[in-house]
Order: sequence, then structure tokens, then C-alpha cells
Amino acid sequence: MKEFINNLKKFRFLFWELVKKDIKLKYRSSVLGVFWTLLEPLLTMIVLTLVFSELLGKGDDNFPVYILCGRLLYGYFSNATKVALKSVRKHGTMIGKVYVPKYMYPLSAVVSNYIMFVISLVVLVGVMIFEKVKVTFYIFEALVPMLLILLMTMGVGLILSTYNVFFRDLEYLWTVGLMLIMYTCAIFYKVDKIKSSTNAWIFKVNPLYSLIVMFRNAVFGRSIMTSDGIVEYGYHFWYALIFSVVVFLLGMFVFWRKQDKFILYV
Amino acid sequence: MEDISKNPALDPKDTPDALVTPAEGGPADSTVNAETVAPAPKKKKKKKKLPPKVIVVENLGVRFRIQEQKVDSLKEYFVRLVKRRLNYKEFWALKDVNLKIRKGDRVGILGLNGAGKSTLLKCIAGVLKPTEGTVTVKGNIVPLLELGAGFDKDYTGAENIYFYGSMLGYSKAFIRERFNEIVEFSELGSFINVPVKNYSSGMKARLGFSIATVVDPEILILDEVLSVGDAKFRKKSSKKLEKMMKKGVTVLFVSHSSDQVLTFCNKAIILDHGSVVASGKAEKICAQYEEMISDKN
Repeated sequence: MKEFINNLKKFRFLFWELVKKDIKLKYRSSVLGVFWTLLEPLLTMIVLTLVFSELLGKGDDNFPVYILCGRLLYGYFSNATKVALKSVRKHGTMIGKVYVPKYMYPLSAVVSNYIMFVISLVVLVGVMIFEKVKVTFYIFEALVPMLLILLMTMGVGLILSTYNVFFRDLEYLWTVGLMLIMYTCAIFYKVDKIKSSTNAWIFKVNPLYSLIVMFRNAVFGRSIMTSDGIVEYGYHFWYALIFSVVVFLLGMFVFWRKQDKFILYV
Repeated sequence: MEDISKNPALDPKDTPDALVTPAEGGPADSTVNAETVAPAPKKKKKKKKLPPKVIVVENLGVRFRIQEQKVDSLKEYFVRLVKRRLNYKEFWALKDVNLKIRKGDRVGILGLNGAGKSTLLKCIAGVLKPTEGTVTVKGNIVPLLELGAGFDKDYTGAENIYFYGSMLGYSKAFIRERFNEIVEFSELGSFINVPVKNYSSGMKARLGFSIATVVDPEILILDEVLSVGDAKFRKKSSKKLEKMMKKGVTVLFVSHSSDQVLTFCNKAIILDHGSVVASGKAEKICAQYEEMISDKN
């Protein structure tokens, strides 16, 4: 353990260099620079609002803000896992030459995307002010889903980056997986019509949906424990908490078990 | 969890001086494998105090599993799993390798393609975990990579100095302090603010060399990289290497060519099919290697 901490200290600088590199290079060649992070969810929100606000249910929650909450959290999860998945393979040549703790690669990808996600929350604040959404003290509870999503994404990123070393087609499979996750996250529709059907179980098993529900609750001035009408009080919190912790530990374990074999495959 | 980062090779706290064990260097060594122990017993009598061992390789073995047909997609994996056709062929890239390298030794590793030279270096560098045996390394290792592998092509030279430096385990303060020295030595001038993708291969190599050698490593790994840059820079880099060698840096130098080994090394070993077939003074071993090559032809 002592060695682990020493190593962490020694390579802390590398970790932040990797994070910095991701962010810097992403926006270097674009004219809009970091504003692109803000513009992209904003445009998605506008289009989805225009298309779906009449078609799919009208609840009490402000629809643009409702969409944006889901879209931002899903966007983070999807971007971060996609980059993390490729991270070990991308640094393959270096893995064979210089020793660095290999978990740096997926974890730095997750963290750099998290920073961009936090920056993009500016859009949410702007739209909330524009739409005059009432803010209460419950807004601070939004920190809980925000931390849990970081933990969950790290876990998923570690697992994906590990297996992508051995199976190259995981990249394509994950694109499909992400699409399925997106449709079951209720980003641009409301679950009212589905909640009494037999398919309501979908919303009990998707941990990302649980996180989005918690986040929306906090944004709209409710406790994060509030039910979405499908499950009982507090379900989403406990489910997301347990899932995130388990998947994080599993990710660490899988990565640790397989990391010595990376060099034979990259 | 601590095993994720387990690598004794890069522990900065280890200094070679802390582990002087003169008793170990005695005749016990030669009984293990008289031919593979690098320092010749003759030399021992002349100098009573031998420098400390910085690299000790004991009974090292590396086994690879070669799939007869490479399976690297999930689909294929499952198809073969169902058909029960996941055949592996095993072979030992290294077997029973014993080495002791002392501080200041410059060891040339000779061998034909596939003899296990790179595998041995990877084990010493700590990036490949041996199947059996142990590798103990005291001091920090810096590998000199070919043509600036490890640079990010979209980053400028200056940014790459920080990035690449952090990969080698340097601290931020250290790089900032030596930044000018690196730029100066690389002779890149104003090109330092240009993305590396626009560099010529010589420029990349110069920058890589400058970053790797700024630290005064205790152990330097050279994997056939000495032919970098133009003649002028080659001279300069050779001079820098010589200066480092005078300071007592330990060098591991991999090559096919015995000429290069002769100019740089005082000791040499020959690897063949994963085992050390000869070791000792560079001159003797190089001659033996030349013989070996001509025999095979």
C-alpha cells in the first residue's frame, strides 16, 4: 500500500499532464474553443424541445431543463467511456517502453471529460435562469449524483479499457450499447405512460437513469430521494450508490488482474 | 490494490550505494553459472572493492503463449470457444537467465533477431512481468526511445517536453528548471513552439534524446537508437553519453552489431534462443559473436 501511495505521488504530475492534454487538444483546432462544450448540449436541447415537447407528455417540470439534465449526464457518461475504452490501446507503444501505472490512462480520460462536463453545467445554469426555474437548497443534493457518476464512469472505463485490449470489436459493441442506454435513460421523454406498463422494469435496472432522476429532482427543488412514480422512495439513490461502488471496485479488480498482460496484446 | 503500481524498478528512493554487499560478489556467484556472471573473477583480484550491483537477474524466464491464429475480436473468440479451438502454442522467450550488472558497467547485449534481447530489456525496465524468476533493479531507469516514440504529435515541442518528461517520471519543478537546457541541447530554436507532427524525424530524435538525458539517470537503456540525427548531432550525443558514462551511469545497449558494442561497452553478453550463451569482456564476446554469425552462414 505504501508503494502504491508513493507511486501515486510520483506520477501525479503525469496524471494531470494527461488530463490537460485531453482538454487542450480537444479544442485546439476549433474556432469556438471551449464554447463548443457549451454550444453542443444547448443545440441538442433546442432541437429536442422543438421536436418532442408537443409529442411526448407534458409534466410539471420545465421541458428544456428536463432534457438538458438528462442530456448532460448521458453526454458525459458516453464521451468519457468512449475515450477511456480506447485509452490503453492508444498508449500501447509507451506501455511497452516506459513503466507508468497503467490505470493512469483510463482514469485520466474519465477525469478530463468530467472537467468538461462540469464546465458545461454553465449551460444548465443559463437555461434555468432563462426559464425561471425555482432553485431551492435541494440543489446541493445534485452533488451526490455528480459524484456517483464519476465513480461509475471510472469503473466502467476501467473495465472497457481492459477488455478492449483483448477484443478490438468491443469499440463497436460499446457504441451499440451506449445507444441502448440512451434510449432507456428517458432523456427526451417522460416516463408517465410507461410506468404502469409491464416494461417499467427497464427503469429500475438502468443505473444511469437513476442518476438522472436524482439530478433532476435536485434541480427542480426536490429531495434526490423523491420517487419518479415507478419505484418507491429512495430506490434510485440506493441502487445508483450500490451499483457505482460495485462497478468501481470491479473495474479496479479487473484492471489489476489483467494489466500485466496488456503488453502482450497492444 | 497496491500491486497496480508495483514496480521496484522505478522507486526513486533506492540509491545504489545503499545496497553494497561485497560478500555476495564472492565465488558463490560463479557457481551459479560461471559464464553468465558479468564481472570476471580476475578483475576482482586487482580491485578489492567492486562497485555495487545495480541489476540482478535471477533465473529469469518469460513464457509467451502464441495463438496459432490471432484471435482479437469477441465474435471470433466466442466462435472458437464454442468450437473448442482456442489453441495456444507456448514458447519460452527467455529461460534461466542469470545476470549481475554492477554500477558503471556498460553492457552490450548481442544476439540475432528473436534471441530475446528486447524481452530482457522489457523485464529490466519493469514493463513486462517475468513468468518466473526475479529482476531487482536499484536506481532509476531511463530508456532512450527510437525517434521520439511517446510524443504527442499535436503537441508542440515545448508541451511535449513536459508531457514526455512526466512519462519518464520527472517532476514539474525539475522540468521547469531544466527546460532551457533541454531546448538548447536539442538545437530546435524557435521550432520548439511548432507541433511535433511538423518535425523531421531527426528533430524528433534530437528532442527525445535531450529530454531523456537531462536527468542523469542511473541506468540508461539504449535499444539501437544511436544512429539519430545528423552527423553533427550524433557527435554531440556521443559526447554527452561519454560524459554520462564517466559519471558512472550503467548502460544497457542492445545491438546486432558488434562494432557498436565495442565502441560503447566494456562488457557484453550473447543471447541465443532465450538463454545467455556467453558473457564477459566486450572484446572477447564480440569476437565470439562474429564467429557465431559466420558459422551460421
